[in-house]
Amino acid sequence: MAEIRYLRAINQALADAMAADDSVVLLGEDVSEAGGAFGASRGLRERFGPERVIDTPISEAAIAGAAVGAALSGLRPVAEIMFMDFTTLVMDALVNQAAKARFMFGGQRSVPLVLRTPHGGGLGAGPQHSQCLEAWFAHVPGLKVVCPADPASAYGLLRAAIADPDPVVFVENKALYAMKAEAPETMPVLEIGRAATVRPGRDVTIVAYGAAVHTALEAAGTLAGEGVEAEVLDLRSLQPWDEAAVLASLSRTHRLVVVHEAVEAFGVGAEIAARMADIGFDELDAPIVRVAAPFMPVPFSKGLEAAYLPSAARVVDAVRRTLA
Amino acid sequence: MTGAGEAAGRNDPVDLPALYRMLMLIRRSEERLGTMFADGEVPGFIHLGIGQEAVSAGVMAALTPEDTIASTHRGHGHALAKGLPLEGFFAELLAKETGLCRGRGGSMHVADMSVGMLGANGIVGAGLSIALGSALAHRTLKRDAVSVAFFGDGALAEGLLHECLNMAALWRLPMLFVCENNGWGEFLPTSKQLSFKLKDLAAAYRIPHRAVDGNDVAAVAAAAATLVAEVRRDGPRILECTTHRVRGHFEGDAQKYRDAGELAELHRHDPLTIAARRLAEAGLDAQALAAIEAEVAAAIETAMAAARAAAPPAFAEALADVYSPRPAGEAA
Repeated sequence: MAEIRYLRAINQALADAMAADDSVVLLGEDVSEAGGAFGASRGLRERFGPERVIDTPISEAAIAGAAVGAALSGLRPVAEIMFMDFTTLVMDALVNQAAKARFMFGGQRSVPLVLRTPHGGGLGAGPQHSQCLEAWFAHVPGLKVVCPADPASAYGLLRAAIADPDPVVFVENKALYAMKAEAPETMPVLEIGRAATVRPGRDVTIVAYGAAVHTALEAAGTLAGEGVEAEVLDLRSLQPWDEAAVLASLSRTHRLVVVHEAVEAFGVGAEIAARMADIGFDELDAPIVRVAAPFMPVPFSKGLEAAYLPSAARVVDAVRRTLA
Repeated sequence: MTGAGEAAGRNDPVDLPALYRMLMLIRRSEERLGTMFADGEVPGFIHLGIGQEAVSAGVMAALTPEDTIASTHRGHGHALAKGLPLEGFFAELLAKETGLCRGRGGSMHVADMSVGMLGANGIVGAGLSIALGSALAHRTLKRDAVSVAFFGDGALAEGLLHECLNMAALWRLPMLFVCENNGWGEFLPTSKQLSFKLKDLAAAYRIPHRAVDGNDVAAVAAAAATLVAEVRRDGPRILECTTHRVRGHFEGDAQKYRDAGELAELHRHDPLTIAARRLAEAGLDAQALAAIEAEVAAAIETAMAAARAAAPPAFAEALADVYSPRPAGEAA
């Protein structure tokens, strides 16, 4: 075991995937000479050459569209979109082309592309550099969506995403880039669609993904002091999501709280709550409660943003509601 | 002609009888589809390219099966000229299980990856960036292949065109941009949609632009052979083919917005008539032309009969095919 930063784990996954498969190429704004706006592809141009680590103009729609065409023509492109807010500009390529190609062409070919993009607030980046839009993509048949919460799962899921035959939107919470955690020397490739129990507990299930996993863990720590043992599930993958794992945990705890940083309305939590209210109805001893952002753009001011982001205190309150 | 010699070993770009046959195949196929659409046998929307066949036949004569194309909503000609099997093509348009896309795509999404046809497209201009990525793949994987983006003059107003022209020029990608300028973008003439000419736009990106009579298949084929050879060694080129849309934007469009006089004159520019005249000048007799027509008609009838007889797709199989199957041995 050794400590590794989240961003370094992403970089390692890209390097290992490129070393293992010559058809893996990176493209995006400033991914090559600058090594990525956040440094995710640092050193890869030197190691793999500019033909495989490709700086693009500021042309998000063409970056994503080219990734589709390249994927249909034998490459495994990993496109970086610098902020998830900018994915508004890639919607046709992802939603109409990448997501549908396999299905609408009768299974002739899959589209093995990965679109990496950072979401999340907390950095004072303002309304157009902070938003969490993963639910949009999870709503589109044909796309997969993952959102790792720690370095080892970032590594394992990115390797899985690049190896996956289908298009994967790989969401990184930029507030986690500097996070350090213990990881095995050889980090395993993980399976997309599997949740992980990051803290076992018997009284309530808290489901979260991305940075919200850490909020949930902080809340679980507080609750433990009150004698409440919360089980925390890191969803890791949003499309597909591990319905069986959530149901299994709910069947032990009989209470469910879902936490995410994206706005609550029409979010991933709504889908989880609706499914569990259906298939887990007999197991529930309390209403399912969501803790997520209010229905507003991510504000710029530090004070406003702090109030906007879901806090551990709100998760604790939500758990208390389920226990009331 | 500089390109034709370098294209040695590929199709002879001005094999006029072969080009005539392709024009005839596209024309008669679309006429048949138009009739069947009117009879309610072809579901959905179809957009016919009657009058524009010479662009497909001429450009594709310069390509190999390794070369890739991205097509448009008006893509039947591109598909047939790129070598899609007739039966699978018809079966797709009739929404049958034996269709090239198993009845899930239809006219606007017909594709055949095995011959480098990366799909018709329901989104105006979307094929531009798909062809761009395909060209990038050709180069990265060191294939001696080019990619071709077909687009109409309507797509000239799409922002994605700018991004793709810039990137293709910047990276000198092996990509041919083929604009089928038929003067209409849906129901509005191009003159009311565009403030510029493609030729001038090309100059801004420093991409060589060549205009050709898109209804003269020999002219298109010769120009395409030259440009494709240039693209293979020197990066992107633009071929603008001036042509005419004979039918409406979609089948069922009565074209009340068009001048009756304009429509009545279109037969003067018919690609089939022009090609037949050239063949006659070259000494091919009327009997030979009739034989080509009869052979094409028979091929269409055979393929259409098989497509009509085919079964519709099964819902469960379609539902199970949204994502790739898991590799064997991996747990469910």
